Amino acid sequence: MRVMAQMGMVMNLDKCIGCHTCSVTCKQAWTNRAGTEYVWFNNVETRPGQGYPRRYEDQEKWRGGWELNGRGRLKLRTGSRLKRLLTIFSSPVQPKLEDYYEPWTYDYQTLIDAPLGDDFPVARPKSLITGEDTKITWSANWDDDLGGASEMGHLDPVVEKVRRESEDAIKFQFEQTFMFYLPRICEHCLNPSCMASCPSGAIYKREEDGIVLVDQDRCRGWRQCITGCPYKKIYFNHRTGKAEKCTLCYPRLEVGLPTVCSETCVGRLRYLGLFLYDADKVTEAASTPDEQDLYEAQLDLMLDPDDPEVIRAAREQDIPDDWMDAARRSPVYALAKKYRVALPLHPEYRTMPMVWYIPPLSPIVDLLRDQGHDAESAGTLFGAIEALRIPVEYLAELFTAGDTDLVTGVLRKLAAMRAYLRDITLDRERDESIPASVGMSGATMYEMYRLLAIAKYEERYVIPTAHYERAHELEELGCSLDFDGGPYEIGESGPFGEASGRPAPVAVETYQALRDRQTAGEAASSESLRGRVNLLNWDGNGAPTGLFPPRGEPDAPADEPAGDAPGGRR
Amino acid sequence: MSVLLWGILPYVMVAVFVGGLIWRYRYDQFGWTTRSSQLYESRLLRIGSPLFHFGILVVVIGHVVGLFIPQEWTAAVGVTEDLYHLLALGLGTVAGIATLVGVGILVYRRRTTGPVFMATTKNDKTMYVVLVAAIIAGLATTVISVFGPHEEVTYRDTVSPWFRSLFILQPDIQAMSEASFAFQLHTVVGMLLFLIWPFTRLVHAFTAPVHYLFRPYIIYRSRDGRPSASRGIRRGWTAVGTPDRTSDRRVPGPGPNAVPGPGNPGAGARRKDRTGGGTR
Repeated sequence: MRVMAQMGMVMNLDKCIGCHTCSVTCKQAWTNRAGTEYVWFNNVETRPGQGYPRRYEDQEKWRGGWELNGRGRLKLRTGSRLKRLLTIFSSPVQPKLEDYYEPWTYDYQTLIDAPLGDDFPVARPKSLITGEDTKITWSANWDDDLGGASEMGHLDPVVEKVRRESEDAIKFQFEQTFMFYLPRICEHCLNPSCMASCPSGAIYKREEDGIVLVDQDRCRGWRQCITGCPYKKIYFNHRTGKAEKCTLCYPRLEVGLPTVCSETCVGRLRYLGLFLYDADKVTEAASTPDEQDLYEAQLDLMLDPDDPEVIRAAREQDIPDDWMDAARRSPVYALAKKYRVALPLHPEYRTMPMVWYIPPLSPIVDLLRDQGHDAESAGTLFGAIEALRIPVEYLAELFTAGDTDLVTGVLRKLAAMRAYLRDITLDRERDESIPASVGMSGATMYEMYRLLAIAKYEERYVIPTAHYERAHELEELGCSLDFDGGPYEIGESGPFGEASGRPAPVAVETYQALRDRQTAGEAASSESLRGRVNLLNWDGNGAPTGLFPPRGEPDAPADEPAGDAPGGRR
Repeated sequence: MSVLLWGILPYVMVAVFVGGLIWRYRYDQFGWTTRSSQLYESRLLRIGSPLFHFGILVVVIGHVVGLFIPQEWTAAVGVTEDLYHLLALGLGTVAGIATLVGVGILVYRRRTTGPVFMATTKNDKTMYVVLVAAIIAGLATTVISVFGPHEEVTYRDTVSPWFRSLFILQPDIQAMSEASFAFQLHTVVGMLLFLIWPFTRLVHAFTAPVHYLFRPYIIYRSRDGRPSASRGIRRGWTAVGTPDRTSDRRVPGPGPNAVPGPGNPGAGARRKDRTGGGTR
């Protein structure tokens, strides 16, 4: 057994209101640069819908992920390694820009510069690719809220599949239809096919927390990963010629802050925490013959952090004790394995994705309420889950490779929780038969309710900080660093004037300070800077030591905040 | 003149080529990429790029065989002069034409597809001129030796001995001077191509991912193994809508939006916008 830790995420789809705040903040943080205009590390899709890039789930076309060969062994859908090398000069099935969308801006300058005339000046859309006038025809969420579904709904690959396999077609008449939002980030898979596709070996998985990253120095722009990823969550920066992807905000996680998308999520539907898994068994699990068994196989990989044997094995792998503690408190482990309500997205791609989803019960609840039924009673809900085949089949295609029983099971748990909690809230007698009917005890169900409904910040995001004491000191104090380019000084000008030579790396210190500022009541500490102040981190609270040169009396407390400092609190 | 061209230039070329590659590899890992434009256009690329690349690979093999293997060796194996030339010229012509057609399609695509043309730097243009010139001159030597007046001395008696003599540091300038003008032109343009090679996007040829065939699929790397952000960082991120993207339009300047953002590891925050035109 080789125990490894994996940072995972669970999204509770019932709570997603489709506000796109996660997408926008993520874009501001990571992809607001030239070359990544069309890139959304985080995007929110309305389902049913085509998604972003369009119809990315159609693996017959895009050939992402893994499949089993004749001997039952894993192979990439794009074929053998040699075949990929031979097709390297023109990647056969790479999505084009129009499969994402052509990014644009508006010619705002005209609004200011236009000469006086009879007509109001108009800010025309300009393509960010060609700089020419453009006609906006698509975007990352063009079919938001089922926009255009009556014409384009059938283009959803999942709809196609469900229609093919079931007699009753999914109707896109709005009074009968259902809809939910699906926020997507990189899955940080245990068995990533992007990594396996990369000819340069630039994509790697971090040993410590399982985050999948692209080494920008090693990437040579062969573009195989873009085809390899079935979720199409690796993007090509067309300016730098390198692949880029969601980083799970690793600099934030390292200091214990949640990802930007989680932090800013309005519905508080995201959970972050650790999984422990057995790295030796990943390939075996991903090779499970029946696609519908992949969910169970993936769940079996997740190790119980309370199991003494797992604890011993984790010690051998040098997993620190505070990480083990975090694994025990992990909300994602609880939702995925303990309560078994979180499901992986498209397990049939065999990549073992580590972003899990709690399927939405709300389409069913809404429908019942609209029809005048009691949408909170267990009996009605259970009956409706059984009766409403289409939403269940659709969800099953997304989360369980088509196994409707699994999805039904999860939805019944969520329905049971609603019914059981209503009795508690209304001070009625608890009906213990409700949790029992879905195989849970009343206490467990209440725990699950607490985690799903009222978990606070610290319970939703259980993030152990990284152990990089040594590296951290080195970076922060600006000592010479040992690497093949030789030592260099941080914060000093190079031989050819200001900012020449090697630029300072992204400082861990910046994120440390960010955390300090978010969690502390007073102005951010400046101890580590040896009396100097990093103005970038100064939040305007008071006058930290070192901001001004010392006055006559050296014993005057200079670090006293000027007044009450509310800015430091959240 | 002969001494300069056939005695000095080759060594200058080697020095710049090798030194340049080492320098670039050490200091510009971030800029070391194919800079693929497939995202913009893939219909023409799908024909042109494989045609060019496979063509040029065959051409490279042809050059190696033609330049390195002395005439006596092939004769010893029993390959007659005529058979050798038939093979060499046949294969060379096919590969050469494939390469030329391929690069022709690629240049046409680059000129006519708006986004691809916008992404083309001065560096690229210079490189294309030299590259196409080298290919045309090379193909010309082949064509001339097929259809032109039959010459008693072939490149195997002139260019190849000179080429091999370079390695023992005793350049056979005399041999090369006797070669035909077409061969001399092709050689000079070829040397020019190698001179600029390390400073263009052509460097991607030297990181051809052959090791991919032998590595494990899943790669784990420890965070401590390699401080992610402290590698040599040369290029900066540029903000959306920067001057070089909106070349001939009113440009409000980088402005406050030009704050460099953090990227993926190894390309962390940059203090300054450092993107120059093409390679640096």
